[in-house]
Parts: sequence; structure tokens; C-alpha cells
Amino acid sequence: MTAVDDPRSDFRDFQPILTQNIHRPDSERITTYLEHGGYQAARKALTMEPGKIIDYLKRSGLRGRGGAGFPTGNKWEFMPQGDDIQKIVVVNTDEGEPGTFKDREIVERDPHQVIEGVLIAAYTVGANKAYVYIRGEFFQAVKCWIKAIAEAYEHGLLGENILDSGFSLEMSVHRGAGAYICGEETAMLESLEGNRGEPRLKPPYPTSSGLFGLPTLVQNIETLACIPHIIKRGPEWFAAIGTKESKGPKIFSVSGHVNRPGNYELPLGTSLKDIIYQVAGGIPGGYRLKAVIPGGASTPIIPASNINIPMAFETLEKAGSGLGTGAIIVMNETVCMVEVARRLSKFFCHESCGHCPPCRIGSQRILDLLTRIKNGQGKVGDIELLLDLVKGIDGQTFCPMGSALVNPVRSAIKHFRNEFEFHLTEKACLVSDLSTVKEELCLIS
Amino acid sequence: MVAHQKQKARLLAALFLAQEQYGWLSSEAIERVSERLSLSPGKVRSTASFYSMFNLTPRGDYHIQVCEGLSCYLAGGADTLVNFLTNLLGIKPGETTLDGKFTLDVVQCIAACGSAPALRINDELYENMTRESITNLIEELQEGNR
Repeated sequence: MTAVDDPRSDFRDFQPILTQNIHRPDSERITTYLEHGGYQAARKALTMEPGKIIDYLKRSGLRGRGGAGFPTGNKWEFMPQGDDIQKIVVVNTDEGEPGTFKDREIVERDPHQVIEGVLIAAYTVGANKAYVYIRGEFFQAVKCWIKAIAEAYEHGLLGENILDSGFSLEMSVHRGAGAYICGEETAMLESLEGNRGEPRLKPPYPTSSGLFGLPTLVQNIETLACIPHIIKRGPEWFAAIGTKESKGPKIFSVSGHVNRPGNYELPLGTSLKDIIYQVAGGIPGGYRLKAVIPGGASTPIIPASNINIPMAFETLEKAGSGLGTGAIIVMNETVCMVEVARRLSKFFCHESCGHCPPCRIGSQRILDLLTRIKNGQGKVGDIELLLDLVKGIDGQTFCPMGSALVNPVRSAIKHFRNEFEFHLTEKACLVSDLSTVKEELCLIS
Repeated sequence: MVAHQKQKARLLAALFLAQEQYGWLSSEAIERVSERLSLSPGKVRSTASFYSMFNLTPRGDYHIQVCEGLSCYLAGGADTLVNFLTNLLGIKPGETTLDGKFTLDVVQCIAACGSAPALRINDELYENMTRESITNLIEELQEGNR
């Protein structure tokens, strides 16, 4: 595979990497994983100098897949060195970003790929304990995790003196209990400690003071799944996939108004247009595209006019949005953008941890305003009031959720202000003529 | 890690166990967890009340949780599905049927956006729901076939 200037030409030849095993029978079993080259990367890594592994990661260009896109090699390097310090790896399976359903699929269908990534990560940073934090609602995935970890112990890939390397790693599973904010790493640590999942002030970052005050590396499932492949096939191979600043494969969760919703693994930089129309089969019912949320609910909405954008960190940031988790929510022309903003605001209002006032009160105020605008009870000046609230929340909160919750509102007003104004002046929905066709689309009719 | 920290770290798991045994987290259940882990009942309740999966009020045998996320809404689920179930069961979200069999709730995104509309009943996920499949499902549950 070679680096391409125009990644759009590339996706058709792309061979899945992270999802290469998931369609095999018994793909979740360790025997299946071992038959197809599983744990060879760990075998190799355990003979490598940790510094060399970090060098591999940095050269690969891997950036975190959980939403923030932080360079993984740098994060590992932040972990303090020295065998006398107890260190911890936390495996973030708290996938909660609306629109995202990729990590659940990896865990249910190929968990050993992740365990191998955890093993390599723990060895590299010198951690002897790994805790999986899994979303409480993932009943099936919890079972998969527990079974896979037991299998790894049986095969000597977890526990004492793994593969005669002298390295030991204990791994266990901990369930969350329903809180979006626990996907934020410091809130997750609080939850693991048995507390309310309220984020901690950073710094200190978890890599210096994390779980029980110990240096802690928190990584997302998809990020960890990339690790064995980088070790096995080399950083240059990985860096040749994708764009200049966004390297490697990415699993895009596509949902909403497409013919074939689902998870699709593609090179970073594949155009949004190709993903929607080629990969996910286009929009049903002959409707036109209206807008897309490109990276999960907390990334700003982009209008249909931006359809040719390559799905990469740098391009989406430049377009005023973000890659986030790579969760693409597709909306056709029948969708009311006031309702979209309202629905997403309801989510963030419900999930605000309540710790700091701008988020707790601001999210409720935004929801109230959007509800009244939606219901035709809006007042002149409501849009300005919304934008004022947005300004008061963005960057003013304890954790990044404040910025997340204003993104859908601000971007909906920015691109579809006429719909908000129509609701205010006409007390009706601009797309209401189209709303009758919704019934046809409705899957449950 | 000191002993107290270890005890506290068991709290979420203990609450799940207590909820399974008592059906919901009654004061008695909270009390029992606090004794077992040597934590104050206030601490236990504080943690429990933060998480949506811990029920501080009783629930029916079947806890129906309909996703109202954006993707489910776009796929014709969410409100439409809630209304359908409200008509079917005669209860609004947050309510339990008189026979104590069903509780209806709306929940936020349950990571089944690719197979929306989705809902959860107790610890089972149901995807790609249609009017027909929901009706059949509820009938089966009413007859106790599941």
C-alpha cells in the first residue's frame, strides 16, 4: 500500500485490517485469533526495548481513536519510567458518543486483537495491571470481555511471566452503570474508584496521577486494536495509509438516512461522499442529503455542500468540525435542524454530570429554548440568546463536555439559521411540507 | 492501594449485585451494601444516584428502555416507538403497568445506531424494530414465553 495524495482513489482496493477477522466463524475465540497470526506481535514486542516500541508508534503517526485524536506514541512517552513505580493501563470500552457503535463490535467479535494491544501497551509503559472499563449497558460485550480474558490467561498470554519474557500482567473487567461522561478519562477513573463519575481537573493528567493516584494510561478500544498491526507490519506500512496528518485505518460507524448503515473500515482520508454514496449505499427514498454529523454527536454539523471532504483530522478541523469517533450520522432533506439541535441538547442535558454550573444550567437552558422554538413558542431574540449561552459555556466548563454540548447548537444555527428563524416568525417548521413523507421512511410503519 | 480504596472500588459491582437480589436499590439494599463495604449509606447512595442503570425506585419485571438518540429518531424510532408502546401497554415513560410486569423508559443512545430503531428490555438488546416485531415481543413477554 502506498501513500496517496488523493485518498478517494484508494478506498476500493483497501483490505480491512482491524476488521479482517470479524466475519470468520468463532471470530471471538482465541484459537481463531491464533490461527490467523494472533499474538505474534506481542511475542515480538516482548523482545523489543520499550523505547523502540514508542518510536514505532510515533513513526506510525497513530492518533487516538476515542475522539480527541491525541498522538498515541506521545501519550505512552508521558508515562514515568522506572520499575519501582506501579503503573496501570485502563481500557476504555465506554463507547457512548451518539452515533458510535464500533468498539462494541470489535469487543464482541475480535477481543483478542485488543488484549494483544493492551499487552503491548502495558509492557511498553511498565504496567502490571490493566482494567477494562466497559459501558454497563453492553451486556453481551461484558461477557465477551470476560471470556476472552479467561482464554488469554489459559494460554499464558496474561498472568505471570508471559511467554517467558519475565513480564506479568493482570487484567480484569469493571462495569460502568450508565453515564456518558465516564467515557472522559478522568471521570472514568473516578467511576473505577467507586465514585460518582465527575471529571477531575487536569493537570495532573492521568499519565502522571491517574487511578488511585498512580500513573495511568487510558486508551480507546480501536486505538489498542491498531497496536499489534503496527508492531507486526511496521510503522512505515501504517503511515502509508491515510493522509498527511491522519494515518492508518479507521472504522466509521454510519447511521441515519443511508441504505446500508453499519461499521466500515476505510483508510483515513476517504471522502464523506464515497462513504455515504458508495460504501453505505446512498440515501433511501430518492431524497437529497441535507447535513451530516461527521464524528459523533459532539462534533459540529456540516452541511451537504461540504460532501467532498476527506474524513481526516486536519480536513474536518479546517471545516470547523472534527473527526471525533468517526461516527457519521446522515440526515436527508426532510429533517428539521431545530429538532436535531434539540434532540442532541436533550442528550447532553441528560448526561451533564452536574459538577459545574455552565454545563449543568446551560445545557438545561439551551434545551428549554430549543424546545420552545420547536413548539412554535419562541420569541424574537431567542437565537441570539442561544448563541449567548453557547458563548458562556464553550471553554468555560470543568471538562470538554461544555464544548461538546454547544457544537450541535452552534453549527445548526450557523448553517441552518433560516430554519430557526422560520420557527420563530411563522411558528411552524420550514421542512414541515416534507415531514409527511417521514411516515414512508419510518421503519416501524 | 489502601484497603479503604479497594473496598470503595467494589461499590459499582456491589450495587449491581444488590439490585439483582432486591430488584431495585431500596433503602434496605443500600444499607446492606454500605455494611458489607464499610462505607457510609450516604456515600453509597451518592454514587448510586449518579448512574442511570441503578434503580432507586421499583421497576416492573420487564424494564423496557427505548432509545431516543438521533440515529434512532432518524430511523423512525424514538418518539414514534415510545408512542407505540404507550398505546400498547397503556403506560407513559417512567410508569409501570398495574400488574407490575412492564416499566417503560426512554434512554439515551445505546450504541445500536447502525441497527436502529433499537430498544432494550432488561439486559437484552433488540435491534431493527418494527411495529410487528414489537407487538410480537410484548405478546411473548406477556405470556411469559421469554
